[in-house]
Amino acid sequence: MSTRLLGAPVQRTEDRRLTTGGGSFLDDLGSDACAAAFVRSPHAHARIRDIDVMDALDVDGLIAVYTYDDLTGPMAEPLPLLIPHPSIIDGRTPYALAREYVHHVGEPVAMVVARDRYAAEDAVERIRVDYEILDAVVGVEKAMQADRIVHEGMADNVAAHLVQEVGDAPAAIGAAPNTLELDLEIERSASIPMEGRGVYARWDSARGGGLRLYSSTQTATGVRAAVAAKLELQLGQVEVVVPDVGGGFGLKIVHPWPEEVMVPWAARQLDREIKWTEDRREHFVASAHERGQQQRVRVGFDDGGRILGLDVQILHDNGAYLPYGVIVPIVTSTQLLGPYKPGAYRVEFHSLYTTTAIVTPYRGAGRPQGVFAMERTMDAIADHLGKDRVDVRAANVIKPDEMPYDQGMLFQDGRPLIYDSGDYPKMLRMITDLVGWDDFEEYREQARAQGRRVGIGLACYVEGTGPGPYEGGHVQVETSGKVRVATGLTSQGQGHETALAQVVADKLGVPMSDIEVTTGDTRRMGYSVGTFASRGAVTSGSAVAMATVRLRDKVLKIAADALEADPGDLEIIDGRVQVKGSPAQGMELGTVAVLSNPLRYAFDAASAAATQFSGAADYDRPPVPEDEAPGLEGTDFYSPLRCTFASGAHAVIVETDPATAEVRILRYCVVHDCGNLINPTLVEGQVHGGVAQGVAGALYERMAYDEGGQLLNASFMDFLMPYASEVPRIEIDHLETPSPLNPLGVKGAGEAGVIPASAAIAAAVEDAEGFRIDQMPISPSELFHLRRRHARGEIASVPRRPAHRSLTKEN
Amino acid sequence: MKPSAFTYHAPTSLDDAVRVLAEAGPDGKVLAGGQSLIPMMNMRLAAPAVLVDINRLPGLDTVRVDTGGVRVGALVRHTDLEDDAQAARTVPLLRQGLRLVAHPVIRNRGTTVGSIVHADPSAEMPAVLALLGGSMEVRGPSGTRSVGAADFFTGPLETGMAEGEIAVSAYFPRPAPGSGTAFVEIARRSGDYAMCGVAAVVTLDADLRITAARCCYISVAPVPLVVDMAEAVVGAVPASADLSAAADLAADRIEPEDDIHASADYRAHLARVLTERALAEAAEAALRETAGPGPHTTGIGAMR
Ligand SMILES: Cc1cc2nc3c(=O)[nH]c(=O)nc-3n(C[C@H](O)[C@H](O)[C@H](O)COP(=O)(O)OP(=O)(O)OC[C@H]3O[C@@H](n4cnc5c(N)ncnc54)[C@H](O)[C@@H]3O)c2cc1C
Repeated sequence: MSTRLLGAPVQRTEDRRLTTGGGSFLDDLGSDACAAAFVRSPHAHARIRDIDVMDALDVDGLIAVYTYDDLTGPMAEPLPLLIPHPSIIDGRTPYALAREYVHHVGEPVAMVVARDRYAAEDAVERIRVDYEILDAVVGVEKAMQADRIVHEGMADNVAAHLVQEVGDAPAAIGAAPNTLELDLEIERSASIPMEGRGVYARWDSARGGGLRLYSSTQTATGVRAAVAAKLELQLGQVEVVVPDVGGGFGLKIVHPWPEEVMVPWAARQLDREIKWTEDRREHFVASAHERGQQQRVRVGFDDGGRILGLDVQILHDNGAYLPYGVIVPIVTSTQLLGPYKPGAYRVEFHSLYTTTAIVTPYRGAGRPQGVFAMERTMDAIADHLGKDRVDVRAANVIKPDEMPYDQGMLFQDGRPLIYDSGDYPKMLRMITDLVGWDDFEEYREQARAQGRRVGIGLACYVEGTGPGPYEGGHVQVETSGKVRVATGLTSQGQGHETALAQVVADKLGVPMSDIEVTTGDTRRMGYSVGTFASRGAVTSGSAVAMATVRLRDKVLKIAADALEADPGDLEIIDGRVQVKGSPAQGMELGTVAVLSNPLRYAFDAASAAATQFSGAADYDRPPVPEDEAPGLEGTDFYSPLRCTFASGAHAVIVETDPATAEVRILRYCVVHDCGNLINPTLVEGQVHGGVAQGVAGALYERMAYDEGGQLLNASFMDFLMPYASEVPRIEIDHLETPSPLNPLGVKGAGEAGVIPASAAIAAAVEDAEGFRIDQMPISPSELFHLRRRHARGEIASVPRRPAHRSLTKEN
Repeated sequence: MKPSAFTYHAPTSLDDAVRVLAEAGPDGKVLAGGQSLIPMMNMRLAAPAVLVDINRLPGLDTVRVDTGGVRVGALVRHTDLEDDAQAARTVPLLRQGLRLVAHPVIRNRGTTVGSIVHADPSAEMPAVLALLGGSMEVRGPSGTRSVGAADFFTGPLETGMAEGEIAVSAYFPRPAPGSGTAFVEIARRSGDYAMCGVAAVVTLDADLRITAARCCYISVAPVPLVVDMAEAVVGAVPASADLSAAADLAADRIEPEDDIHASADYRAHLARVLTERALAEAAEAALRETAGPGPHTTGIGAMR
């Protein structure tokens, strides 16, 4: 191998295409397709008395209108509950079109197909639905009260309930010399990708019928299987192709969406191409949200700050339905522990129905809430004992020599929660050095002298990444020498084309420019799970690496035969196989590809070399040796034993305006450990994007539902996604503790940046203001009112914090 | 998010535009930069049956500056006015307000006159017009008339313009000699409509005493609200002016409301803080103005 490409800051190969308008997104396809639009419920909870479509029938360009009554067979059944779990008491999922009841604003009630979206929306406007309005249930408190019920036939609003215990936490807390009780809450937010959802279906009625479906999804194979089941088709009749996707952040792992089955179903009914491109308003009310969670923490600890017992009660708002199961509260329950090892732990969650949009994993997936609970608790312990906040964390972290560390629970993939690697004491030292923790009191004094208020905070996290069951890689050398790579999971802009090409280039010895990567196309890789849980590099990266090693072995074997050399004496450099030490003796990879496929017919000069009279043949052996296949391909699958655990710490310095209560981030520092870095530039990009969403969730974004279940800020005018001007410069330091669980030694990096942001920013604002912050996000208006309440003595002050002595010597 | 069907006209003379608009009656709407109207149509919050696009009308894209003030044609984009150095020298508040209007891409298309006609109580340029006591020139089937700012803004998104009228220009008078201006606001994100904003003009005499002071408030009243601060600060030198008394005057007049971004109390608090900041900045600008480049200049005219 010439230069190592693994670990190199290679520029993203997809960027030229994506930044010069060369991308091809869902709505760029099917310009001649008919358009679909949906009549959506304007009410949070209602019974449908009647749907009157008469007035819509005059709309010029109308093709069809469908309601629930038009659906039969599996289409008339509820959509699947994707991830069943024993804790689920009553798992409700929606119908493709509402059947009698609607349970949130935006729920699809009728589907219109028309010549174009203009006509479709005209028709939608003219369909009159007569609703009997029922009680809305908004917020976990209301849901828990259960005086109003979301789902007909249920006695309360509890979708799932789970208690997990390691040791006897209540007893440990009871016996502890110090105890604290905290209520810590995070509000609803959402993924809000730049591109919304979208589906484009083409039905081919020839030979029993076949469906080609394009979807802006995070799982091609999942959509394929789900749609095939709904439409009663064989898998072989359905192809799913995922074009460029303008962001997903978790939301697009949900499948099948109502629209995702209705569009192909109607395409088949009508034998026409149909496309649906979600608009922003639909996206806000009818896709998915996350984060809304209340957490009550009881903690007992010794005088050194070590946690002896931790008891957490979680009220999780899962919205109107439960299609993705209870992944989010399970992740919170388990990942709340972060890098720490409490003496005993008990966690209980209630997952609750409310009449709001569904809740499914959004980047971070339950961790930002859990980390908020744990890290705010750490700060409270430090203040209670008059200790530095870093020291309390250092007293609780798992040490490197304790790895692998078994937390004694089951993780979200149903496998043991065992941390494989990490160096948390070093991580703490790195973050405090990076932000200058020990010098901060001096800076605070200087700022104070100028009438400025500043504060510092930090937060740590551990993230289980790269869950199974598996991903595959397929690598093929063409006779041109070009290498085609395919993996089944999809890409939403992360840079898979670059990272996977780096793996192949590095392992095979070919230039990046000769490699083409395809993701999310069931025609190229039919076995796959999808892109979620920071798993792309771990699972597909490993599978592609393994497939490439297989392919390389085959290349060397064939080339060794042709060169009459030993495979062990060969190397591949820049796409050429040659004898080590005498590079003149060798051949191009493309030639090896020609030789790998013995031919009867010559198609061009190159293929002539592989025909039956072209050279010395071994008459004792068939042209394709036993146990071999023609062609130069390698396929392999990586199935992890369990997740690999990435980790990190963020530290933030904020300034709060004494007059206007505006919060400004002065510094944002990140230490991040995702094992071996395939490409530091890509990882930094992921961290930057994550931090941007973290800052968003801490200071700007929220889903403002009113009591009646109307989303008051369902547009970019009022949903405050931060602009570039609101996102701070981000300083990153990498820590690399390789994972022993996969061939690349990597851990996931996709979600990390968002996870500790709310905790760290809350800590910094608290530090600047001198009173507790236990709820995020926080707006200037809210900070203003907190100040007033603090002045009236309604909120506890945090004690003046001691200047800190360096950790470096202690650990 | 597609608009309902409409008939589109793109007349090339003002007379034609007025005629087509008059024929359309209550179903007609003028299309200028489209930065407010098009989103409203796409969300079907507005569904005009007839759209009269004024972008092809000749002569409406000019900024005219004279010693008395700045006249801004109906097709002058926010950006062009912001970049006009002569206009900024004559009425500095124009640029001070414009840089707070949305973002550059929106300012590239949106028109200042369109923004004033739209009359959003959170918009900056209506406040600039109101504070300076400017006027709008409007043309209707029965001819041209001028409407003073005080009569122009009648409510949120409501103006004194009659059906079938087209705004031709806005006139921003230059403040009295010895004046300084400022525009300060607090928005959730850069470029957003403000939670509260205050434009101020302060005039000093030769002894550097305040002779006049006014503030105009956005996002805390149904229309851009002008408050005369004379009672609180006239006669004082800027350094010793009682800005908190000025803030009291504002507090009595504003009518802030709660919304999802800010409580009424917080907005009222911001109005106080920003009153002080705006008056202080305006007074500082007035001091610079009276100091001028030479000993006996009165500012703008001489500086040119
Ligand atoms: C994301 C975003 C952020 C924004 N932020 C701000 C902000 O912070 N502050 C701010 O002030 N504005 C803001 N705006 C609005 C912007 O300033 C618009 O340009 C302005 O409100 C309207 O100008 P326009 O030329 O685009 O008018 P249009 O959208 O074309 O028209 C607006 C209305 O005025 C009428 N109209 C326009 N011109 C005339 C005329 N000559 N005669 C008669 N009627 C007319 C139209 O019929 C319509 O009712 C923002 C807009 C967007 C999209």
